[in-house]
Amino acid sequence: MQITLEHTNSSEIARELVLVRKASGSPAMDMVLTLIVVCDDETVADALHAATTLSKEHPARIIGVIIGKGSGAADLHAKIRVGSETSGESILLRLSGRLVTHAESAVLPLLLPDSPVVVWWPGQAPTDPSGDAMGALANRRLTDAEAARQPVRHLRAVARHYAPGDTDLSWTRLTPWRALLAAALDQVRSPVTGGLIVAGSGNPAGVLLESWLESRLGVHIRWRKVDSERIEQVVLETAEGDVTIARGADGSASFSVPGSGARTVPLPTRALAELLAEDLRRLDADAIYASTIRHMLKDQT
Amino acid sequence: MTVEGMTVGANPLRDPQDRRLPQIAGPCSLVIFGVTGDLAQRKLIPAIYDLANRGLLPPGFALVGFARHDFGKETFGRLVKAAAKAGARTPWRESVWKQLYAGIQFVEGSFDDDDAWRRLRSTLDALDQKQGTQGNHAFYLSIPPGLFPVVVSKLKEFGLATADGDPRYPQAWRRVVIEKPFGHDLQSARELNAIVDEVFPAESVFRIDHYLGKETVQNILAFRFANQLFEPVWNSNYVDHVQITMAEDIGIGTRAGYYDGIGAARDVIQNHLLQLMALVAMEEPVSFDAKSLRIEKQKILANARPAPRLDLHTAHAQYTRGWAGGVEVDGYLDEEGISKDSRTETFAAVRVDIGTRRWAGVPFYLRVGKRLGRRVTEVAVVFKRAPHLPFSSDDVEELGENALVMRIQPDEGVTLRFGAKVPGTVMEIRDVNMDFAYGGTFVEDSPEAYERLILDVLLGDPPLFPQPEEVELSWQILDPVIEHWARQKSIDTYPAGTWGPESADEMMARDGRRWRRP
Repeated sequence: MQITLEHTNSSEIARELVLVRKASGSPAMDMVLTLIVVCDDETVADALHAATTLSKEHPARIIGVIIGKGSGAADLHAKIRVGSETSGESILLRLSGRLVTHAESAVLPLLLPDSPVVVWWPGQAPTDPSGDAMGALANRRLTDAEAARQPVRHLRAVARHYAPGDTDLSWTRLTPWRALLAAALDQVRSPVTGGLIVAGSGNPAGVLLESWLESRLGVHIRWRKVDSERIEQVVLETAEGDVTIARGADGSASFSVPGSGARTVPLPTRALAELLAEDLRRLDADAIYASTIRHMLKDQT
Repeated sequence: MTVEGMTVGANPLRDPQDRRLPQIAGPCSLVIFGVTGDLAQRKLIPAIYDLANRGLLPPGFALVGFARHDFGKETFGRLVKAAAKAGARTPWRESVWKQLYAGIQFVEGSFDDDDAWRRLRSTLDALDQKQGTQGNHAFYLSIPPGLFPVVVSKLKEFGLATADGDPRYPQAWRRVVIEKPFGHDLQSARELNAIVDEVFPAESVFRIDHYLGKETVQNILAFRFANQLFEPVWNSNYVDHVQITMAEDIGIGTRAGYYDGIGAARDVIQNHLLQLMALVAMEEPVSFDAKSLRIEKQKILANARPAPRLDLHTAHAQYTRGWAGGVEVDGYLDEEGISKDSRTETFAAVRVDIGTRRWAGVPFYLRVGKRLGRRVTEVAVVFKRAPHLPFSSDDVEELGENALVMRIQPDEGVTLRFGAKVPGTVMEIRDVNMDFAYGGTFVEDSPEAYERLILDVLLGDPPLFPQPEEVELSWQILDPVIEHWARQKSIDTYPAGTWGPESADEMMARDGRRWRRP
């Protein structure tokens, strides 16, 4: 069921939500979090699609916030959707005029009681997410450096304002790589003496991987720049020989550790909804991410 | 529940705080005996594919099939692929399959053929070299219990049961997985345990009851012990009785050979329902490791016994021809492979009393059956009525007892049943349900029971599954009931598609209670 409200306010929206929910037989009373998606007209379609896919396995109240033009009188339009296709509720707010600078005031009354709040900026995020008025409503803040104009620079800028609960989606994208590397060192006993990352120069995931490896292994990791948007290869050097993981075709990678031949292992590229699902699995602070970006900032060269 | 000290040691890239990194099993192989059987095809192989697809199997994982068929690797590969494709819950990816296929081996032979065992041995040796399984092998006995002794003794004879003394792989492990039923009475359970224990150390034996996945056990533990709300009323002061039900809507299907002579009580009550009862009734363990849990469960099982009058407080029955869910179905005696004079029960109900301070006077009613109204497994804790109701008897005519129902399957969750006023000017109170479903509330899909199980075996995670002592204690509870039934001249019946025989209702009525309709 979909309802459009023009020139409205938050209490009207909240009242309508209750009515709509009753009318569709009270679905999804077990919603467990509020997901705020701060976007613009360009990013709204993809972002809400991902959020809705996510809510199929995980009912949430999704509040999409489109920040419009800042000029003119404050105005708020809302579109409410309950039941159809999603197992939770979704509200799309379109803000304009002076309200743009007070967007959080429209969102605050619509948060689910007591349960966690996650805010996600699919486009350019503020450099200080927890200091941002919208970000301050949330326990978890998801930024995406790859959507920024200068990804690595943005990643570092946001990292300087780190607060527990912040993570960047490029860290999430890194998990399959990290899992393979950890599995490799499960098999190799001797200590790592050095390493190499082969990736494009502006790759924020590569930067995080470098920092993570350096902070965990205590060795210097070299970087070979290639013309690619992704991480292509990672080598860890040990006295027994090299651990090499190289991205192959069709979502696989070649995996070799000293003492056995190269094997093919899966290394799929994950969709946005899968990334969000991983992030929402844990709503507390990610300590490993925190120590990784701490190392990244210390090691700035 | 960490893998520390197993195969990982001090891997600098692993950190207990790093919750994103999946627990990947170390290098190893899984050898399945009876790989062409129903269980392996429907459950084990799809679960292995799903694990591979989720990236939880180690690079270089090997799957070895052992069966009495003239398969080459290719034919076997096709069989595995078809089974994986048919049963997988995750999307099909050809690259994952290729990875899995690289580690597939097949050994042909029967269990009494020494040459076959030698071939298995050399296959595993070759895998250690080529695939890098490093001497780590798990053996899954997906075979009838009657064959356990020969397989276990051959594993020992050909040096497969232990990796000790192999200088190349000082840390290598061997593990064995056996499925319920664990024997058919106390005597046979003891014999079976003795055979397995003689060959494998206790921590290497994984006794699996696939009805009771680890996920379910942990859900019950979290519900009971992570909350303050329920524990204060979890005793005989407030609880009237507990009903534990496992109902199936299907008949025995193709399992006639296994089921006839075993029956519902041995098949399900002995392991599954008594385990559920122990989890619901036990005191809080001091920690959640497998050992502390086992200690608490054993206390309950050791103090539980069937109601003193077995003739009044047990029921057993067979289904007869009838209409189940809109389909006309055969009675048990008409099923293929069942003799006309079979006395095997397809429905069993037992009252169990637990002699502890917490549960004195609170009967636990266990029932299990095939061809019942619908498929459901649940634990219902039924509370006493409020001691005083300040309403007229008309007002509360439709008010039942408060109940807390832990739904195990399908649709795992918790239902709380309590009274509420019907809106309007008349004071009328009626029962309502408050409902929570795991499936609707968490991001993560519950892993399928077999996935979790295989992963635990490969990780060496101490199982929450019953140990020999628990198995034997459970038989001690059930043996007198089964012996009592064996002395009866006849067995009750119930039409297929209903909720069991009248004798089951009568046994509840004697205590002034009635079964819930789950």
